[in-house]
Amino acid sequence: MALVSFNRVGKRYPDGYEALHDATFAVEAGEFAFLTGHSGAGKTTALKLIPAIERATSGAVLVNGQNVGALRDAALPFLRRSLGLVFQDQKLLHDRNVFENAMLPLQVCGEPPREAARRVRAALDKVGLAGREKALPVMLSGGEQQRLCIARAVVNRPGILLADEPTANLDSAAAAEVMEIFRAFNQVGVTVLVATHDAGLVERFGTRAVRLDHGRVLCG
Amino acid sequence: MSAWLRHHARSLAGTLRRLGRSPGATALNVLAIGVALALPLGAWVVLANAERLAGHAAGDPQLAVFMTLDATRPDAARVEAAVANGPGVRRSRFVPRERALAELKQAEGAGEIAATLGANPLPDAVIVDLAPGATADVERLAAELRKLPKVALVQLDSLWLQRLDALLRLGGVAVAILAGLLAVGMVAVTFNTVRLQILSQQAEIEVSRLIGATTSYIRRPFVWQGTVIGLTGGLVALGLVAGSLHVLNGEVARLAATYGSQFRLALPQAGDLAACLGFAGALGWAGAYLSVSRHLRDIQPR
Repeated sequence: MALVSFNRVGKRYPDGYEALHDATFAVEAGEFAFLTGHSGAGKTTALKLIPAIERATSGAVLVNGQNVGALRDAALPFLRRSLGLVFQDQKLLHDRNVFENAMLPLQVCGEPPREAARRVRAALDKVGLAGREKALPVMLSGGEQQRLCIARAVVNRPGILLADEPTANLDSAAAAEVMEIFRAFNQVGVTVLVATHDAGLVERFGTRAVRLDHGRVLCG
Repeated sequence: MSAWLRHHARSLAGTLRRLGRSPGATALNVLAIGVALALPLGAWVVLANAERLAGHAAGDPQLAVFMTLDATRPDAARVEAAVANGPGVRRSRFVPRERALAELKQAEGAGEIAATLGANPLPDAVIVDLAPGATADVERLAAELRKLPKVALVQLDSLWLQRLDALLRLGGVAVAILAGLLAVGMVAVTFNTVRLQILSQQAEIEVSRLIGATTSYIRRPFVWQGTVIGLTGGLVALGLVAGSLHVLNGEVARLAATYGSQFRLALPQAGDLAACLGFAGALGWAGAYLSVSRHLRDIQPR
């Protein structure tokens, strides 16, 4: 069953730039898939359509069978709580320590503090950041910051993990570590969709890739 | 419900921590609001004290009918009969000129003057106690009494009260207008303070939206900030007014003593003060709510 599906999706920005054209592809539940393509191919736009950070100008993006483009603004927070988002620039809060950054999604959901703390410690342990709870993001390496971003994304136990160029700013060793973490989450049932321009990475992983070129799906 | 309360508690604690991190800016903000609120609050307190003083000094209104010096007791009895069934009349009493002089001699500050008088210059009088608020009828009665023989002067004591009452009403309206203008000013100050706070936390708001925070969740700490600033500004205003009353009361006591009075300026009752604090908090809340509602729309994840 498709957990995420794009049905003839088009996205044109207000300045007239067409980022996606008639894009159709699907990601099955429990699958690990890549969105690949050169810079400007439409990968980031496609990822942003899933949590409705952007809305499609044509076609439909379905998540769990629900057309996210038709959701009211008030419903978006509840959609986003079911997704884990990992960004190239991490979007960490630099005045909060590792523990507090990872805690944010649970605070938003109103999780009781004791249970939230337990889950944060578990998430930090899974990404190899146990013992660094009190460190500020600025004290972490690029790879550690990305792992913290992953911990924040998974702490809420999302069904889908979306990552936009998660290894773009990392050296090969740190990138491999990050990808292994994604693989580990996928092995316990989390659906993972990673956008990357790194063809070598996709090849090494050997999983399905949806290839985009100038906003069109070349193969998926 | 418990999650909602938990987040309110966490928002309040976070707001207090954030305000405490920049004590100088916070103190200046609170002081500006406190001074702005102290002006109408102080004016209201002075007005309330003036009303108390006027009520204390005036008692019920009276009509004084002064007879000519050659009037006899039957002339005064005619006046008493005329007012007996008059509108708004509670009772009347005859004050003979001898008693009037004796009372004058006992009156504070007038004894020495009375002692220097040769013959008694005071006339017989009929003092009529009136029911409050019967002004129009009393004016008519006074006009009729002036027509009676041997009546020298009919003096309606409520006239100065009416003027005082009108002045107090005027003061009340002026205080209300001042309070309204400064309330708008306070909402504007809070609006802007919260706007700056929103701008400084733009990244956090953006991340919060991305991880599924609702608008009310994001709004809560800012609204608490406005409410806390409003409440503390209200407390500062109360402190300023109380301090000012304390300083003024030294001079007020000296002035009141010359009239043989124990009058002091007093703060309103605790319930009224609590209402003032609540109003200040509500203004802070309103400024913050408007600001957040206006500016959060512009901060969306990219």
